[in-house]
Amino acid sequence: MDKDLKREIILDNYQHPNKKKVSDNSYVKINTRNVSCIDNLDIYLKVRNNIVEDITFDGEACVISIASTNILINIIIGKTYKEAIEIIDNYLKMINEEEYNKEILKELNVFDDTSKQPSRIKCATLSALGIKEFLIKNDYS
Amino acid sequence: MHREDFKLLDSNIIYFDNGATTLKPTCVRDAIIKYYDEYTANAHRGDYTISNIVDSMYEETREKTKNFINAKETSEIVFTSGTTNSMNMIVFGFFKNYLKEGDEVLITLSEHASNIIPWFVLQKDIGIKVKYIALNNENKVTIENVKEAISDRTKVISLAHITNVIGDERPIKEISQLAHNNNILLVVDAAQSIAHKEIDVQDLDIDFMAFSGHKMYGPTGIGILYGKFELLDQMLPLNYGGGMNALFTKDGYVELREIPTRLEGGTPNIEGVLGLNAALSYLEEIGLDKINAYEKELKNYLIARLEKLDFIEIYNKNIETNIVTFNIKGVFAQDTAIYLDKYHICVRAGNHCAKILNSVFNTSNTVRISLSFYNSKEEIDLLINVLKNSENIWKEIL
Repeated sequence: MDKDLKREIILDNYQHPNKKKVSDNSYVKINTRNVSCIDNLDIYLKVRNNIVEDITFDGEACVISIASTNILINIIIGKTYKEAIEIIDNYLKMINEEEYNKEILKELNVFDDTSKQPSRIKCATLSALGIKEFLIKNDYS
Repeated sequence: MHREDFKLLDSNIIYFDNGATTLKPTCVRDAIIKYYDEYTANAHRGDYTISNIVDSMYEETREKTKNFINAKETSEIVFTSGTTNSMNMIVFGFFKNYLKEGDEVLITLSEHASNIIPWFVLQKDIGIKVKYIALNNENKVTIENVKEAISDRTKVISLAHITNVIGDERPIKEISQLAHNNNILLVVDAAQSIAHKEIDVQDLDIDFMAFSGHKMYGPTGIGILYGKFELLDQMLPLNYGGGMNALFTKDGYVELREIPTRLEGGTPNIEGVLGLNAALSYLEEIGLDKINAYEKELKNYLIARLEKLDFIEIYNKNIETNIVTFNIKGVFAQDTAIYLDKYHICVRAGNHCAKILNSVFNTSNTVRISLSFYNSKEEIDLLINVLKNSENIWKEIL
């Protein structure tokens, strides 16, 4: 993907994140703190019948953290637990420079060179790891 | 000043994170190498020449530290691993036995974690109460606010001399008078002030003080605990073992050594102490008054230049120390730091270990510049130029 296009997608998701909002208590709230830096996001999840119905998030974080969270959320909404975890696992593989399935990552591919900036890896994986942990803990399928 | 003493400055790095740690002058490095090349031996142990050399240099460092803060006795100086270690010894070695359930300790919301969490743990452990001195609208501690916070259960006030986020200096002398008039002990965290301002523990009448070697041009892993003799003498060691015992027998009888030795159990950080020795001499030679005056000049210059940029928000304009806290409006602090790093400018982004301060500070994350005497106006000019071009920030960091 062209660098300018990547930047445009990242910035759009940072400056106008459609899923950045506090949700009511019909959602489960998790907090994901990045110990090595200062990103601090609350993630609100609504799951039913093994389907990720909705996720929103709120908090202060860097451009990579906010954009990756917003893009990931948009991709996994409507997916089953299994599908969502598969997407997250592939995303984590991409960030960690392992073999991964490019197809299912869609817009998350904008982060395919994040591994070149080691200080950004934690920012890019902050929410993905938090959401994955939640899904695994709550998977009754 | 003295840029030639710092090898790292030969590269094109602009180092503005001196509140985190300072660079090390060549003389400190040389002192450490000399220890490993010429007289590697344990301290307080051997009957041979090189061990005696180490011994005398070790104790000479204590003497120099005593003079540096004008303590009364060398026995009032204990070597630790750093400010955090010193604070934990103060809280758990002394106050755990000194305080009783319901006694109160006064801190503020702008303390460093090492002056908060140990007190929280003690609160849970023995039922003391941690209370906060209110900060004024500039986030400063005023003597009136200290007065107001004191109750008849207040037994200790524990404050940073200069805070690590805002950089405000506390009126330690007035606070110590007030504290002692009310039978309250005063603990001072001097980590951020020790390399920037003269501290006279007798004049300020400080009961306990903690600071780190690495924030005063010395090595990491070496810190200092100061305590008035009669108080330090009541402190219980947290480390029992070699070097700190005078005698022990098979039936469990243990006799400990005098202070400060009994508070330095185990083989000490000898390279750290000897490196600190060199750092102390180095600072003495330049003079803290000169350092203080020059850093003030630099800080005023930085503020004056930053103020002209309307897209910059400064949070501590009226602070007299070496710390400037700001944000590019609309940009997350970490993104600013990563942008500046593209130009080899090292700054700190974050909440600087003072996480509970967020509730009083309007923003939870800021960019911090903490100056040293080796910084220059030319470096500040470069920073300003880079900030002026920050409209390109996304192109640069994405």
